[in-house]
Amino acid sequence: MRRALTPETPDDATPDDATPDAAAPAMAGPVAGASSSRCVVSLRDVTKRFSNGTLALSRMTMDIRKGEFVSLLGPSGCGKSTALRIIAGLGSPSQGTVDWPASRIERDGRPDADVGFVFQEPTLMPWKPVFDNAYLPLRLKGGSKGEVRDRVMAALETVGLKDFAKAYPRELSGGMRMRVSIARALVTDPKLLLMDEPFGALDEITRQKLNDDVLRLWNEKDLTVVFVTHSVFEAAYLSSRIAVMGARPGRVVSDMVLPRPEGRERDEAFRLSETYGDLCRTVSQALAGAMHAPPAGEGA
Amino acid sequence: MTGVSAAVPAGLAKTARRRDHLLRLAVPAIMLGLTLLAWEVYVRVNAVPPYILPAPSLIARTLVKDWGTLYPALLVTLRITFSALILALIGGTLLAVLLVQSRWVELALYPYAVILQVTPIVAIAPLILVYVSSTQVAIMICAFLVAFFPILSNMVQGLKSVDHNLLNLYDLYGATRWQQLRLLKLPAALPYFMTGLKIGGGLSLIAAVVAEFAAGSAGAGSGLAFRLLEAQYRLNIPRLFAALVLLSATGVAIFALTSILAWLALRRWHESALAREN
Repeated sequence: MRRALTPETPDDATPDDATPDAAAPAMAGPVAGASSSRCVVSLRDVTKRFSNGTLALSRMTMDIRKGEFVSLLGPSGCGKSTALRIIAGLGSPSQGTVDWPASRIERDGRPDADVGFVFQEPTLMPWKPVFDNAYLPLRLKGGSKGEVRDRVMAALETVGLKDFAKAYPRELSGGMRMRVSIARALVTDPKLLLMDEPFGALDEITRQKLNDDVLRLWNEKDLTVVFVTHSVFEAAYLSSRIAVMGARPGRVVSDMVLPRPEGRERDEAFRLSETYGDLCRTVSQALAGAMHAPPAGEGA
Repeated sequence: MTGVSAAVPAGLAKTARRRDHLLRLAVPAIMLGLTLLAWEVYVRVNAVPPYILPAPSLIARTLVKDWGTLYPALLVTLRITFSALILALIGGTLLAVLLVQSRWVELALYPYAVILQVTPIVAIAPLILVYVSSTQVAIMICAFLVAFFPILSNMVQGLKSVDHNLLNLYDLYGATRWQQLRLLKLPAALPYFMTGLKIGGGLSLIAAVVAEFAAGSAGAGSGLAFRLLEAQYRLNIPRLFAALVLLSATGVAIFALTSILAWLALRRWHESALAREN
């Protein structure tokens, strides 16, 4: 870890310096090609300082590759949700870049991020039935209801809610509402699915069921997922890779790729297996290490 | 009654519900009947003169007898009330949308809305009467000013209370400001709009009467307020009561109408319109 951030501060106050296309083409090349099967999104030294001065995220560098299931695991205040929101384009980094090597650049100069986002709450419009809620992303992109009806119904079918298309959110259970939220995130076939502690508010049984559903979708649809959680068990069960984060300032402390032989099922048997127990222990130790690791810049 | 405790049959539940509905109508109706009866008896037994307190039966007879005078006045008051309310709904909603678009607009305009609200309407009425030639229009403006503010402030509150994550979601999918307003903010503000409508509906009737008192309009083409004053001057207390009955009935009707509208608009999704059993 480098010592301090101050010498690195770019002078992007001068307008000449910040030519709009300076950053984008630089990263469009095979920069991230080190070990990658195709890189979906690449974070370089991403730092976020809120207007009240809090350093939420400090120099996060990470490549998310196609087909990965990455969990951002850490205590509250470690910037994991901030990182997720920056990837989604909800709020821009104070320093650093987020690049989408495989995405085309839109007319306004921003890459066509093409993400699905699942919030901690289902975040449905209560005045719209399930179908219209799942239809929203396509509607905002200009698809007429008739044209995309099949796509919306297909998305609802993948989460097992085909028969509830006409129901209103309040008529559904918490787990079903979350499923609608997932269907809505998947309806655009996004390159990247971002999930921000999606099942934190659910009971344990529903949560396990939805974890299995998400894994099934990940396998079936060959999704790339970034999943924010503070549960060691959830992260160990789901992930192909875990980024353990520490707080004050928020940063990635260790980045571990989990052994995950092809075709190994994640099911009740796995949940009870010794392998899973070992995995949880390893991850748990990494998290404990992260909580006690000295923040960057206090070492020397 | 030993068999029904485990599972209440559907038919029985239906009967119970019907009985509940019946009770909800019957109890207030019987209560009202008893009150009127007590009033009638009191007046007759004590021989209270009609210019002090007329009996309900006399008020009813006056209502029928003076219908030719009272009905046109009622129409005038209704017209003022509803045109003021509709204008307030349109104006309040439009201004609220404008205010939440930008913090600067809100800072600049909101104080005027507050000043208009806190200044007693009776005090503004003479001024409006000077500027506007038609008394009816002047009264309508007064009623509009009174009904306008609750609708505005409720709408502003509603438009600002949209779920932050839903706003993020709309941003994520590149929604335009217009889409965000039409598909998200306005529907989310609907419960607040309905509250504004209920308050504004009652207030516009009150304001229509008060402003007419203040305006001191007279003669043909005047509303119920003038007929009230006129009846008072002539010590025609039965007619005064009859006019009051009409005003109360109008107020109740407006309340019922706005409540039904709110229920129709929100019954599928909003907490306030849900019937819960527990």
